[in-house]
Amino acid sequence: MSELRQEAEAIAEQFSDHLDVGADEVEERLENLVNEYRVPLDEARRSVTNSYLEDAGMERDELGRGGSESVLVNEIDEDEQWVDLRVELVDLWEPRSDSISQVGLLGDESGTIKFVAFETSDLPELTEGQAYELSNVVTDEYEGSYSVKLNRTTQITEIDEEIEVGDNADTVEGALVDIQSGSGLIKRCPEEDCTRVLQNGRCSEHGQVEGEFDLRIKGVLDDGETVTEVIFDREATEELTGMGLEEAKDMAMDALDTTVVAEEMGDDVLGRYYRVTGPTFGRYVLVDEMEDPGAVDVENALIEARSI
Amino acid sequence: MSQSAPTREVARRVFATEFNDAGFTFTESDDERAPVYALLPTGESSNRVFFVGTLTEKEDVGEDAEYWRGRIVDPTGTFFVYAGQYQPEAASKLRDLEPPAYVAVVGKPRTYETDDGTVRVSVRPESITEVDANTRDRWVAETAKRTIERAAAFDDEGNEYARMAREEYDLDPETYKAAALSALEDLDESDGDELAGDGSEGDDTATDDTASDDTAPDGSDSAGTPEP
Repeated sequence: MSELRQEAEAIAEQFSDHLDVGADEVEERLENLVNEYRVPLDEARRSVTNSYLEDAGMERDELGRGGSESVLVNEIDEDEQWVDLRVELVDLWEPRSDSISQVGLLGDESGTIKFVAFETSDLPELTEGQAYELSNVVTDEYEGSYSVKLNRTTQITEIDEEIEVGDNADTVEGALVDIQSGSGLIKRCPEEDCTRVLQNGRCSEHGQVEGEFDLRIKGVLDDGETVTEVIFDREATEELTGMGLEEAKDMAMDALDTTVVAEEMGDDVLGRYYRVTGPTFGRYVLVDEMEDPGAVDVENALIEARSI
Repeated sequence: MSQSAPTREVARRVFATEFNDAGFTFTESDDERAPVYALLPTGESSNRVFFVGTLTEKEDVGEDAEYWRGRIVDPTGTFFVYAGQYQPEAASKLRDLEPPAYVAVVGKPRTYETDDGTVRVSVRPESITEVDANTRDRWVAETAKRTIERAAAFDDEGNEYARMAREEYDLDPETYKAAALSALEDLDESDGDELAGDGSEGDDTATDDTASDDTAPDGSDSAGTPEP
C-alpha cells in the first residue's frame, strides 16, 4: 500500500463517525496536492484534514486519530502523536494556570510521564492512586522531554487493578568531565512543596527566604561520543564523595564561602569514570545507583579493537 | 530531539601523537562566537578533549603573572597543557601537583604558530585532577577504541571531516590506528603495573601469560611493530 493510500485511509477513518467520506476521495485530494502542487505530505495531510474539519464543523482537538496506538509511557518519543495509555495517576500538581484543570504524573510499568488536562475539555476529574485506561491523548514535546495532553475526545475508563509504576531507569557510563554551577552545598526554598534552589538567597517563586542547606552535584558524563547530564541528590552525593551535609557546612563555615564544597568535591570525582543508573527527568538522569567500573578488561578491549 | 536545548561539546578521546598533529582549526559558522574546532587527522572535529596521562614536568613559564606549563605523557607522546590567570583552578592544580602523577584533564585544543611556521597544538585545561592507574588504563583502552573506530570510518562515504582531513593534512590515519593498537598491547603486557613500572619489565611473563599469547608473540616488539 502506498504511503498516500495509508494516510488517506487514516484520515477517512478519523472522520468515519462524522462525515461520509471514503478513502478514495481523500487519496485523490492528497494526490492532487502532493503530486500536482508539490506540497509535502505532512502539509497535504494537514490541509486535507482541516478542510474536512470545516465540513464537519469540528475543532481539531475533537478529532481522534482513528484507532490510536496503545503505548507505554517510556516509548513516547515523538511530538503530536495520538496514543492510548494504561496508567496510574501517580501524582497531582498545583496547576499554574486557570486554563489547566489538572496536571501531574501518570505512570505505568515503563515509567512516568507528565500529563495536562485543560478546563475547556470538560473531562471528569482524575483521582490520585487510581488506574485508568486513557484513549486518545496527544503527545507533546518541550526541550526534549515529553508529556501527554488530554483533550475532549479522550476517553477515560477507570480500571480496577494495581499498576506497578516503573522508574524510566537509564544506565549511562562515562568520564565525569564537568560539575555545573548549582552543585555542592546549596540552599533550597523552605516553603511547603517548593524545593527550588535559591539564587543569592532568593527563590524564583517565593522571593527572599531563609534557605535550607542541601547537597547535590549536577555533573556531566561523557563517553567520547555523547554527553549526559546527571544529578546526584544528597544521598548519592554523599556516596560519591564521602562528604556529608554537616562536614560540608563546617567546611563552608571555615572558608566563609559555600563554593569551596563543590571545588573540594570536584577534586575527588572529576576525570573519573562512573556507571550510573536512574530515572530520566527532562535532560537529566537522576542517579539512584552508581558504580566505579573498576579495572578495564584489556583482553576484551584488544579483541574488540582488532575486530573493528 | 529538540534543537533548542543548548548542546555541550563532547570531549574527544585522542592520543597525544594524533592530537599534536591536529594543527588545522575551523568553525562551522560565521558567527563571531562560533566554537572553534581542531581537525583530528583521523577525521573528526574536536572542540574539547579528555585525556589521562602521567604529569612528568611542570614549570611556571610566566613572566609577570603565573603561567604554568605541564607535560603530560601518554603511551604515544606528550600533551602540553598551559594554564594561567584565566584558568585559576587548573593553574593552582599544576602548582600543587608533584610529578610524576597520573592526571585526568578536560580541556580545549589551542594552536599557535611558531616563528618558523610550525603549528603547535596544546591544551587549555578546564579541569585537572589526580587519578589512579585504573582510570589511566581505562582511558587508554577507550581512546584506542575510539581512534581505531575513526580510522576505520575514514573512507566512509559522506565522512565530512575525513574529507577535510584529506584536504588539509598529508597524514595517514593508519599511523594513529597502529599507535592505538600498540598502546593497547602495552597495556595488556603491563597489566597490574603501578605508576613507576617498578622493575616488572624484566619478568612479567608469569603474571599474565594467558593474555600475552595472542598479543605479542615474543613479548618484545609491542612498541616497534604493531599488528597490521
